[in-house]
Amino acid sequence: MAATPARLRAIHLYKELHRLGREYPDPSYDFNGRMRRLFEKNRELKDPEDIERALKLGEYIKNETMALYSLKKYRHLKRTYE
Amino acid sequence: MRPSAVRLLNVLVPIKRTIDYAVKIRVNPQQTGVDTNVKHSMNPFDEIAVEEAVRLREKLKDAVKSIKVITIGPPKASETLRTALAMGADAGIHVEVPEASPSPEPLGVAKALQAVIKREKEGVDLVILGKQAIDDDAGQTGQMLAGLMGWSQATFASKIVVDTEKKEASVTREIDGGLEEIRCRLPLVLTTDLRLNEPRYASLPNIMKAKKKPIEKLSASDLGVDLTPILETLKVTEPPKRTGGQKVESVDELVQKLKDAGITAVA
Repeated sequence: MAATPARLRAIHLYKELHRLGREYPDPSYDFNGRMRRLFEKNRELKDPEDIERALKLGEYIKNETMALYSLKKYRHLKRTYE
Repeated sequence: MRPSAVRLLNVLVPIKRTIDYAVKIRVNPQQTGVDTNVKHSMNPFDEIAVEEAVRLREKLKDAVKSIKVITIGPPKASETLRTALAMGADAGIHVEVPEASPSPEPLGVAKALQAVIKREKEGVDLVILGKQAIDDDAGQTGQMLAGLMGWSQATFASKIVVDTEKKEASVTREIDGGLEEIRCRLPLVLTTDLRLNEPRYASLPNIMKAKKKPIEKLSASDLGVDLTPILETLKVTEPPKRTGGQKVESVDELVQKLKDAGITAVA
Protein backbone atom coordinates (compact mmCIF):
# COMPACT_ATOMS: atom_id res chain seq x y z
CA MET A 1 0.00 0.00 0.00
CA ALA A 2 1.35 3.39 -0.95
CA ALA A 3 2.35 5.55 2.01
CA THR A 4 0.33 8.53 0.84
CA PRO A 5 0.09 11.59 3.12
CA ALA A 6 -3.57 10.76 3.72
CA ARG A 7 -2.72 7.23 4.85
CA LEU A 8 -0.07 8.52 7.24
CA ARG A 9 -2.48 11.08 8.67
CA ALA A 10 -5.11 8.41 9.12
CA ILE A 11 -2.69 6.12 10.93
CA HIS A 12 -1.53 8.90 13.27
CA LEU A 13 -5.13 9.87 13.97
CA TYR A 14 -6.01 6.24 14.71
CA LYS A 15 -3.12 5.88 17.15
CA GLU A 16 -4.04 9.10 19.00
CA LEU A 17 -7.72 8.18 19.22
CA HIS A 18 -6.86 4.69 20.40
CA ARG A 19 -4.69 6.04 23.19
CA LEU A 20 -7.42 8.51 24.19
CA GLY A 21 -10.08 5.82 24.04
CA ARG A 22 -8.32 3.66 26.59
CA GLU A 23 -9.20 6.19 29.31
CA TYR A 24 -12.85 6.67 28.40
CA PRO A 25 -14.78 7.06 31.68
CA ASP A 26 -17.83 4.97 30.73
CA PRO A 27 -16.78 1.29 30.63
CA SER A 28 -19.98 0.27 28.80
CA TYR A 29 -19.20 2.57 25.84
CA ASP A 30 -16.80 0.72 23.55
CA PHE A 31 -14.88 3.77 22.29
CA ASN A 32 -12.05 1.92 20.59
CA GLY A 33 -14.33 -0.68 19.04
CA ARG A 34 -16.59 1.97 17.52
CA MET A 35 -13.62 4.00 16.39
CA ARG A 36 -12.11 1.03 14.63
CA ARG A 37 -15.40 0.23 12.87
CA LEU A 38 -15.68 3.85 11.68
CA PHE A 39 -12.16 3.69 10.26
CA GLU A 40 -12.86 0.36 8.57
CA LYS A 41 -16.09 1.67 7.07
CA ASN A 42 -14.11 4.44 5.35
CA ARG A 43 -11.11 2.39 4.24
CA GLU A 44 -12.05 2.41 0.53
CA LEU A 45 -12.47 6.18 0.12
CA LYS A 46 -10.80 7.53 -3.01
CA ASP A 47 -12.09 11.08 -3.46
CA PRO A 48 -9.66 13.52 -1.72
CA GLU A 49 -12.57 15.64 -0.51
CA ASP A 50 -14.22 12.65 1.16
CA ILE A 51 -10.94 11.64 2.74
CA GLU A 52 -10.41 15.16 4.03
CA ARG A 53 -13.91 15.25 5.49
CA ALA A 54 -13.45 11.94 7.25
CA LEU A 55 -10.10 13.01 8.71
CA LYS A 56 -11.61 16.30 9.87
CA LEU A 57 -14.38 14.35 11.61
CA GLY A 58 -11.74 12.23 13.33
CA GLU A 59 -9.88 15.36 14.49
CA TYR A 60 -13.15 16.80 15.77
CA ILE A 61 -13.87 13.67 17.80
CA LYS A 62 -10.33 13.77 19.16
CA ASN A 63 -10.73 17.38 20.32
CA GLU A 64 -14.16 16.72 21.81
CA THR A 65 -12.84 13.73 23.76
CA MET A 66 -9.86 15.70 25.09
CA ALA A 67 -12.25 18.48 26.16
CA LEU A 68 -14.48 15.90 27.87
CA TYR A 69 -11.55 14.54 29.88
CA SER A 70 -10.31 18.02 30.88
CA LEU A 71 -13.76 19.17 31.92
CA LYS A 72 -14.48 16.01 33.90
CA LYS A 73 -11.22 16.39 35.80
CA TYR A 74 -11.77 20.12 36.42
CA ARG A 75 -15.30 19.54 37.71
CA HIS A 76 -14.17 16.76 40.03
CA LEU A 77 -11.32 18.87 41.45
CA LYS A 78 -13.60 21.89 41.89
CA ARG A 79 -16.21 19.79 43.71
CA THR A 80 -13.70 18.07 45.94
CA TYR A 81 -11.32 20.90 46.74
CA GLU A 82 -13.47 24.02 46.92
CA MET B 1 32.08 37.68 35.70
CA ARG B 2 30.05 38.49 32.61
CA PRO B 3 27.17 40.80 33.47
CA SER B 4 23.85 39.63 32.01
CA ALA B 5 21.01 42.02 31.21
CA VAL B 6 18.27 39.44 31.48
CA ARG B 7 18.70 36.79 34.11
CA LEU B 8 17.93 33.31 32.79
CA LEU B 9 15.42 31.34 34.85
CA ASN B 10 15.89 27.77 35.94
CA VAL B 11 12.56 26.26 36.87
CA LEU B 12 12.09 23.16 39.01
CA VAL B 13 8.72 21.41 39.14
CA PRO B 14 8.33 18.64 41.72
CA ILE B 15 5.59 16.18 40.83
CA LYS B 16 3.99 13.24 42.58
CA ARG B 17 2.61 9.94 41.33
CA THR B 18 -0.76 9.50 43.04
CA ILE B 19 -3.77 7.24 42.64
CA ASP B 20 -5.77 8.50 39.65
CA TYR B 21 -8.50 10.97 40.59
CA ALA B 22 -11.26 8.89 38.97
CA VAL B 23 -10.51 5.68 40.92
CA LYS B 24 -12.90 4.64 43.68
CA ILE B 25 -10.76 4.50 46.83
CA ARG B 26 -11.04 1.36 48.98
CA VAL B 27 -9.53 0.83 52.39
CA ASN B 28 -7.36 -2.28 52.56
CA PRO B 29 -8.41 -5.21 54.80
CA GLN B 30 -5.72 -4.44 57.40
CA GLN B 31 -7.11 -0.89 57.77
CA THR B 32 -3.59 0.52 57.44
CA GLY B 33 -4.08 2.31 54.15
CA VAL B 34 -5.85 2.21 50.83
CA ASP B 35 -5.74 -0.33 48.02
CA THR B 36 -2.86 0.81 45.81
CA ASN B 37 -3.24 -1.87 43.14
CA VAL B 38 -5.13 0.60 40.99
CA LYS B 39 -4.46 3.12 38.24
CA HIS B 40 -1.95 5.84 39.15
CA SER B 41 -1.24 9.12 37.41
CA MET B 42 0.28 12.54 38.04
CA ASN B 43 -1.29 14.58 40.83
CA PRO B 44 -3.70 16.97 39.03
CA PHE B 45 -2.31 20.04 40.80
CA ASP B 46 1.19 19.02 39.72
CA GLU B 47 -0.06 18.83 36.11
CA ILE B 48 -1.13 22.45 36.53
CA ALA B 49 2.37 23.24 37.86
CA VAL B 50 4.10 21.64 34.85
CA GLU B 51 1.70 23.42 32.50
CA GLU B 52 2.50 26.77 34.15
CA ALA B 53 6.24 26.20 33.72
CA VAL B 54 5.73 25.39 30.03
CA ARG B 55 3.49 28.42 29.54
CA LEU B 56 6.09 30.60 31.26
CA ARG B 57 8.60 29.49 28.65
CA GLU B 58 6.11 30.12 25.83
CA LYS B 59 5.68 33.65 27.19
CA LEU B 60 9.27 34.52 28.18
CA LYS B 61 10.92 32.47 25.40
CA ASP B 62 14.69 32.22 25.92
CA ALA B 63 14.55 33.78 29.38
CA VAL B 64 13.56 30.37 30.72
CA LYS B 65 16.77 28.39 30.51
CA SER B 66 15.57 25.03 31.74
CA ILE B 67 12.48 23.30 33.12
CA LYS B 68 13.35 20.30 35.23
CA VAL B 69 10.79 17.98 36.76
CA ILE B 70 11.59 15.91 39.82
CA THR B 71 9.77 13.15 41.60
CA ILE B 72 10.51 11.29 44.81
CA GLY B 73 8.92 7.89 44.65
CA PRO B 74 8.99 4.24 43.65
CA PRO B 75 10.47 2.99 40.32
CA LYS B 76 7.08 3.32 38.56
CA ALA B 77 7.13 7.07 39.20
CA SER B 78 9.43 7.44 36.20
CA GLU B 79 6.32 6.99 34.01
CA THR B 80 4.90 10.12 35.61
CA LEU B 81 8.19 11.90 34.83
CA ARG B 82 7.84 10.85 31.18
CA THR B 83 4.36 12.38 31.06
CA ALA B 84 5.75 15.64 32.42
CA LEU B 85 8.56 15.55 29.86
CA ALA B 86 5.94 14.97 27.17
CA MET B 87 4.11 18.10 28.34
CA GLY B 88 7.22 20.18 27.70
CA ALA B 89 9.81 19.81 30.46
CA ASP B 90 13.46 19.44 29.43
CA ALA B 91 14.88 16.92 31.86
CA GLY B 92 13.83 14.81 34.81
CA ILE B 93 15.28 13.80 38.15
CA HIS B 94 14.02 10.64 39.82
CA VAL B 95 14.87 10.20 43.49
CA GLU B 96 14.11 6.51 43.73
CA VAL B 97 12.53 5.13 46.86
CA PRO B 98 12.30 1.32 47.12
CA GLU B 99 8.91 -0.16 46.19
CA ALA B 100 8.30 -1.56 49.67
CA SER B 101 9.18 1.61 51.62
CA PRO B 102 6.42 3.81 53.01
CA SER B 103 5.52 6.97 51.10
CA PRO B 104 7.79 9.91 51.89
CA GLU B 105 6.26 12.62 54.06
CA PRO B 106 6.12 16.32 53.09
CA LEU B 107 8.99 17.26 55.40
CA GLY B 108 11.17 14.49 53.94
CA VAL B 109 10.23 15.57 50.42
CA ALA B 110 11.01 19.22 51.22
CA LYS B 111 14.43 18.25 52.62
CA ALA B 112 15.17 16.14 49.55
CA LEU B 113 14.16 19.02 47.27
CA GLN B 114 16.38 21.35 49.28
CA ALA B 115 19.31 18.97 48.75
CA VAL B 116 18.58 18.74 45.01
CA ILE B 117 18.40 22.54 44.66
CA LYS B 118 21.76 22.86 46.44
CA ARG B 119 23.18 20.28 44.03
CA GLU B 120 22.03 22.13 40.92
CA LYS B 121 25.13 23.86 39.48
CA GLU B 122 23.09 26.48 37.68
CA GLY B 123 20.88 27.16 40.68
CA VAL B 124 17.09 27.25 40.75
CA ASP B 125 15.04 30.46 40.55
CA LEU B 126 11.51 29.20 40.60
CA VAL B 127 10.00 26.09 42.18
CA ILE B 128 6.41 25.41 41.17
CA LEU B 129 4.50 22.77 43.13
CA GLY B 130 0.88 21.68 43.26
CA LYS B 131 -0.98 23.06 46.26
CA GLN B 132 -1.73 19.59 47.61
CA ALA B 133 -1.54 15.95 46.64
CA ILE B 134 -4.88 14.24 46.17
CA ASP B 135 -3.79 11.20 48.14
CA ASP B 136 -2.59 12.69 51.42
CA ASP B 137 -4.09 16.21 51.04
CA ALA B 138 -1.23 17.53 53.20
CA GLY B 139 -0.65 20.82 51.37
CA GLN B 140 2.63 21.29 53.25
CA THR B 141 5.53 20.56 50.93
CA GLY B 142 5.70 23.95 49.19
CA GLN B 143 5.52 25.92 52.41
CA MET B 144 8.09 23.68 54.15
CA LEU B 145 10.48 24.00 51.22
CA ALA B 146 10.22 27.79 51.25
CA GLY B 147 10.91 27.76 54.99
CA LEU B 148 13.93 25.46 54.66
CA MET B 149 15.41 27.50 51.79
CA GLY B 150 14.54 30.87 53.31
CA TRP B 151 12.87 31.84 50.02
CA SER B 152 9.74 33.86 49.37
CA GLN B 153 6.58 31.82 48.84
CA ALA B 154 3.29 32.44 47.10
CA THR B 155 0.75 29.71 47.66
CA PHE B 156 -2.63 29.00 45.97
CA ALA B 157 -1.55 31.01 42.95
CA SER B 158 -4.18 31.67 40.32
CA LYS B 159 -2.07 34.01 38.17
CA ILE B 160 1.69 34.49 37.83
CA VAL B 161 3.55 37.26 36.00
CA VAL B 162 7.34 37.07 36.09
CA ASP B 163 9.61 40.05 35.50
CA THR B 164 13.05 38.66 34.72
CA GLU B 165 14.78 42.03 34.68
CA LYS B 166 13.65 43.04 38.14
CA LYS B 167 13.91 39.40 39.31
CA GLU B 168 10.39 39.69 40.69
CA ALA B 169 7.09 37.94 40.25
CA SER B 170 3.62 39.33 40.71
CA VAL B 171 1.35 36.57 41.98
CA THR B 172 -2.43 36.61 42.44
CA ARG B 173 -3.44 34.28 45.24
CA GLU B 174 -6.81 32.73 45.99
CA ILE B 175 -7.75 33.44 49.58
CA ASP B 176 -10.98 33.10 51.52
CA GLY B 177 -12.04 36.70 50.97
CA GLY B 178 -11.31 36.66 47.26
CA LEU B 179 -8.02 37.39 45.54
CA GLU B 180 -4.77 38.83 46.86
CA GLU B 181 -1.95 40.17 44.71
CA ILE B 182 1.57 40.04 46.07
CA ARG B 183 4.96 40.94 44.63
CA CYS B 184 7.70 38.45 45.38
CA ARG B 185 11.42 38.52 44.86
CA LEU B 186 13.04 35.57 43.12
CA PRO B 187 14.01 32.88 44.05
CA LEU B 188 10.44 31.92 44.75
CA VAL B 189 8.37 28.89 45.74
CA LEU B 190 4.91 28.78 44.14
CA THR B 191 2.05 26.42 44.76
CA THR B 192 -0.65 26.18 42.13
CA ASP B 193 -4.38 26.43 42.60
CA LEU B 194 -7.05 25.00 40.32
CA ARG B 195 -7.69 28.10 38.26
CA LEU B 196 -4.09 28.86 37.35
CA ASN B 197 -4.34 27.18 33.95
CA GLU B 198 -5.74 24.18 32.11
CA PRO B 199 -3.09 21.49 31.58
CA ARG B 200 -2.47 20.24 28.06
CA TYR B 201 -2.95 16.64 27.03
CA ALA B 202 0.41 15.16 26.03
CA SER B 203 0.06 14.23 22.36
CA LEU B 204 1.58 11.04 20.95
CA PRO B 205 4.41 12.79 19.02
CA ASN B 206 5.42 14.60 22.22
CA ILE B 207 5.39 11.34 24.15
CA MET B 208 7.75 9.86 21.57
CA LYS B 209 10.03 12.90 21.82
CA ALA B 210 10.00 12.65 25.61
CA LYS B 211 11.60 9.20 25.46
CA LYS B 212 14.85 10.85 24.41
CA LYS B 213 14.90 13.43 27.20
CA PRO B 214 17.30 12.64 30.07
CA ILE B 215 16.19 11.41 33.49
CA GLU B 216 18.79 11.51 36.25
CA LYS B 217 18.42 8.80 38.88
CA LEU B 218 19.32 9.53 42.47
CA SER B 219 18.76 7.92 45.83
CA ALA B 220 18.00 9.48 49.18
CA SER B 221 21.48 8.58 50.41
CA ASP B 222 23.04 10.41 47.41
CA LEU B 223 21.33 13.51 48.70
CA GLY B 224 22.18 12.82 52.34
CA VAL B 225 18.51 12.88 53.29
CA ASP B 226 16.59 10.43 55.47
CA LEU B 227 13.13 9.78 54.05
CA THR B 228 11.82 7.51 56.81
CA PRO B 229 8.47 8.80 58.06
CA ILE B 230 8.25 10.38 61.51
CA LEU B 231 4.48 9.90 61.62
CA GLU B 232 2.86 6.53 62.21
CA THR B 233 -0.55 5.79 60.72
CA LEU B 234 -2.58 3.98 63.34
CA LYS B 235 -5.78 3.26 61.47
CA VAL B 236 -7.53 4.10 58.22
CA THR B 237 -11.30 3.68 58.03
CA GLU B 238 -14.00 4.64 55.58
CA PRO B 239 -16.31 7.52 56.48
CA PRO B 240 -19.63 6.34 58.04
CA LYS B 241 -22.14 5.17 55.46
CA ARG B 242 -24.99 7.52 54.74
CA THR B 243 -28.09 6.35 56.58
CA GLY B 244 -31.26 6.43 54.55
CA GLY B 245 -33.72 9.28 54.80
CA GLN B 246 -37.41 8.81 55.40
CA LYS B 247 -40.28 9.87 53.19
CA VAL B 248 -43.36 11.41 54.81
CA GLU B 249 -46.86 11.54 53.34
CA SER B 250 -48.06 14.89 54.67
CA VAL B 251 -46.96 18.05 56.46
CA ASP B 252 -48.66 16.88 59.68
CA GLU B 253 -46.62 13.69 59.63
CA LEU B 254 -43.47 15.77 59.16
CA VAL B 255 -44.36 17.96 62.13
CA GLN B 256 -45.09 14.87 64.23
CA LYS B 257 -41.75 13.27 63.33
CA LEU B 258 -39.93 16.49 64.18
CA LYS B 259 -41.70 16.66 67.55
CA ASP B 260 -40.73 13.03 68.22
CA ALA B 261 -37.12 13.90 67.50
CA GLY B 262 -37.30 16.59 70.15
CA ILE B 263 -37.35 19.60 67.86
CA THR B 264 -39.81 22.16 69.14
CA ALA B 265 -41.41 25.07 67.31
CA VAL B 266 -39.67 28.46 67.38
CA ALA B 267 -41.96 31.15 68.76
